[in-house]
Amino acid sequence: MKKLYTILLISISSLFIAFSSFAAPLKVGFVYLTTPGDHGWTYAHERARVILEEKFGDKIETTYVENVPEGPDATRVIRELANQGNQLIFTTSFGYMDPTIKVAKEFPDKHFVHVTGYKRSDNVATSNIRFHEGRYIQGVAAGLMTKSNKIGYIASFPIPEVIMGINAFTQGLKSVNSDATVSVIWAMTWYDPGKEADAAKVHIAEGADVLAQHTDTPAMLQTAEEKGAYGFGQGSDMESFAPKAQLFASVNHWDISYIEHIEAALDGTWAAKAAGGNWDTWCSMKDNCLSVTELKNMPADATAKVQAVADSISSGSFDVFQGPIITNEGKVVAGGATLNDGDLWGMNYYVQGVIGKIPN
Amino acid sequence: MLELIIAVILSSIPIMLAATGELVVERSGVLNLGVEGMMLMGAVIASITVITTGSLFLAVIFGALSGLLTSIVFGFFALVLATNQVATGLALTIFGTGLSGLIGAEYVGKAIQRLEAFNIPILSNIPYLGPVLFSHNILVYFSFIIVFIVGWFLLKTKSGLVLRAVGNNHDSAHALGYSVVFIRFCSVMFGGLMAGLGGAFLPLVLTPHWAEGMTAGKGWIALALVVFASWRPLRIPIGALLFSGITVMQLVGQARGWAMPSQFLSMLPYLATIAVLVIISRNKEFSIINAPASLGKLFIAGK
Amino acid sequence: MITLSPRSNISFSLTLLTPIIAIFFTLVMGLIIFSFLGYDPLKSLYYFFIAPVSRPDQVAALAVKACPLILIASGLVFCYRSNIWNIGAEGQLVFGAIFSGWLALNFLESNSFLLLPCMMLVAILGGMFWALIPAILKIRFNTNEILVSLMLTYVASLFIDFLVRGPWRDPMSFGFPLTPTYSDAALIDRVYIPFVGYIGQLHYGVFVALFVSVILWFVLMKMLPGFKIRVTGESSSAAIFAGFNPSHVTIMVMCISGGTAGLAGMIEVSANIGQLQPNISFGYGFTAIIVAFLARLNPLAAIPAGLIVALAELGGDSVQISMGMPKVVTGVFKGLLLLSLLAGETFNRYHIKFDFKKGNK
Repeated sequence: MKKLYTILLISISSLFIAFSSFAAPLKVGFVYLTTPGDHGWTYAHERARVILEEKFGDKIETTYVENVPEGPDATRVIRELANQGNQLIFTTSFGYMDPTIKVAKEFPDKHFVHVTGYKRSDNVATSNIRFHEGRYIQGVAAGLMTKSNKIGYIASFPIPEVIMGINAFTQGLKSVNSDATVSVIWAMTWYDPGKEADAAKVHIAEGADVLAQHTDTPAMLQTAEEKGAYGFGQGSDMESFAPKAQLFASVNHWDISYIEHIEAALDGTWAAKAAGGNWDTWCSMKDNCLSVTELKNMPADATAKVQAVADSISSGSFDVFQGPIITNEGKVVAGGATLNDGDLWGMNYYVQGVIGKIPN
Repeated sequence: MLELIIAVILSSIPIMLAATGELVVERSGVLNLGVEGMMLMGAVIASITVITTGSLFLAVIFGALSGLLTSIVFGFFALVLATNQVATGLALTIFGTGLSGLIGAEYVGKAIQRLEAFNIPILSNIPYLGPVLFSHNILVYFSFIIVFIVGWFLLKTKSGLVLRAVGNNHDSAHALGYSVVFIRFCSVMFGGLMAGLGGAFLPLVLTPHWAEGMTAGKGWIALALVVFASWRPLRIPIGALLFSGITVMQLVGQARGWAMPSQFLSMLPYLATIAVLVIISRNKEFSIINAPASLGKLFIAGK
Repeated sequence: MITLSPRSNISFSLTLLTPIIAIFFTLVMGLIIFSFLGYDPLKSLYYFFIAPVSRPDQVAALAVKACPLILIASGLVFCYRSNIWNIGAEGQLVFGAIFSGWLALNFLESNSFLLLPCMMLVAILGGMFWALIPAILKIRFNTNEILVSLMLTYVASLFIDFLVRGPWRDPMSFGFPLTPTYSDAALIDRVYIPFVGYIGQLHYGVFVALFVSVILWFVLMKMLPGFKIRVTGESSSAAIFAGFNPSHVTIMVMCISGGTAGLAGMIEVSANIGQLQPNISFGYGFTAIIVAFLARLNPLAAIPAGLIVALAELGGDSVQISMGMPKVVTGVFKGLLLLSLLAGETFNRYHIKFDFKKGNK
């Protein structure tokens, strides 16, 4: 009798599973700041979306909205996606933070994932990547490749993530070349090819021979290519724009954390995981969320050194914010310890080797 | 330093070309605020042409022609239908921005082959002067030459005289038997051609890929340049170089760590334009001599 | 050759019909463009114009989107009527937000009901202040107000950027460019209807916009300052002959349009955002120019005109979500609409003769 009961239970539950796989696909929405054609930030998210579609097939149905400005328009677009039945919504820029929180309150049974922010709730999780790990490796490569010992850095906005990037880059640079310095131009935009190219030209004219960027278009690399300088791809591989100039690119793999979210949404555990605003992903090279492309245009010994650093970071054995960390005004932030995540978010200084002051 | 001067010269070319075209348009008495839209059309068509055909020559030609085609829309409305020029120009900018984004959507961010610099033999070997003046791509030389041609045309030829007469007093020009609409239409088309060329310069030289809205306000700067030049062609290059000089200077300031919020440095080009407008315009007699008296006014034949 | 001759009297029905024909023409052009790009044209039109208003909360969203457009356009009408070409409403909007934001950030603890009206007042002053710069430069130095007002727009957006990243940044924001959130007393509430509840995001600012446009219509059509403005626009020599000082008119219209833009900026922040951030407006000041023309330079007509243009904005999102069409298609529609309206104006005012005989000037 008991056996029969078990069989019945199994068959019912398998029937249920079979049914649920015929059920309507999980609708997943994405909100993009620019277009996937930026070949940087949004392109990386778009690539993740395509990977998700391939992986989950007809279990999910994805929609994206591009060129959504940060502000009331974002609120409206996110709300519209929720209204149209998207169960899981990824909002992929920092400025969507408050709009996401606001809409999430109106739709308590939908799931929201905000990328790069710090506000969470019962149905808002956050996801981010430790981009600074890639930037440390870039710094090492820059230190080995520069002849003028001047590095030009094109930054977007003075927010913690960008400052972390500049400092990680400089720590990497200093680890192999103590004479080199970094000068920063704030473009005050994520996406303005003309301005990025002008900034690159100015850096080169000022003597820089290796450039790094925290903006989204390939304009800087194209300028470096033309002027015979070196640079790094941002967010995605930009080799096709600058085959001779790109040493390597740091590539963001958003699919790693997105897959986790979709699986949780599919098996119904998402809400429990995010409850209390406790689902925050800040994943690293070790988790395969970030990778560097093949090292090119560097002599063999430099390639080997850079590769060794990359390997030690991706194995998890090396933390890029390992002390000593000293500000460029001489204040010791950390002697021998590493910085914790809270220290990173509160970063409001340049480390030794960066010229100038953070705006404001 | 040399590199900086070259950067300044290159980034001045798009606004120089567009402003030279707009100067002729305004001298004929028409105000076309659609420069930004025409430049974007030039930029997107040039990008698509070079991506699909691989020919830089065709890209330059088609880029310029698409600016011209867009200007025909303006000419038809503002001249033939005598619609309000300010509003029509704005409509053209909005339309051109949208349309260029729409037809360029598939080509966003594709790498483009760059227009190579052309070293003028012997001259380009002169130290300092050579690289600054004689080692550019063909469009740079063309831009400076066209400024002189336009200057000569406006001030030394009979056709230029007629064009200016139409701009100064369309009613008497009409009474003398000149076709005001025809002459203005030709000027508007020349303006479109030059704006398209200026737009094409962006993806072909400065940032070799197409990006939505990549002119980033350069069309408006070109309009300001015409006033800055007080409608004198030869002053256009000076203004264009000054403007891009200030833009590049604020980046240099940042790279050298000047202690000033970068937002204020970024404001400089715009504030400088306003300051120059004030200096140029405050002398009423001076600006009346040069400003086309019928600028922006409606012309209805036989009114 | 096409020749134009003025109509002796402009009929009222034709005046009303012109915008309708223009909208129809834009739709036809839209159909052609959609099919040219390989999209199902009828489906596109459905998602562009009907889907965005198929639920009550979407209609509310439309009103919210139209609110700043109606406000700004009602003010711009005064400028354009008097041939003053203020195209810098975007910057004036930003300054309204800055001034009112200064007040809100100084009274973060306040719960006074006076805070909101005071913020509205200083927002109007802020917009006026920014609009007066091109006005004064124009009457004092004869500079071109089109270019100055436009350049000042860039300056204004850089200035708010500086404030939000610098002195006004919330110390608790981890360095992110946001001011502290306003106190509840500085926020505009959503409209609550007994037994029905809230309708989407509909807020009281929408009623302010409607009120202002009615008042401005009354000022323009029924009061002396409005009369002065209309006369100046029709004929500046007649205005001078009548003893109206053109400089005064310039100052007046720039103050009105700057004030409405400033108010729009304050409402946008207090109703929809709740704090200052680097970007607070996304081209409302420019889009309102189209609204002003669609309204045929009548403040009252700015209400339906604002709703129509707002629909085009929402439609852009909708076709992208539903059909994957690039959002810039909105710009194409807006441009086409403005061009058709301007052409309609010509058909309204003039007899058009098509004359292909040679030698006929």
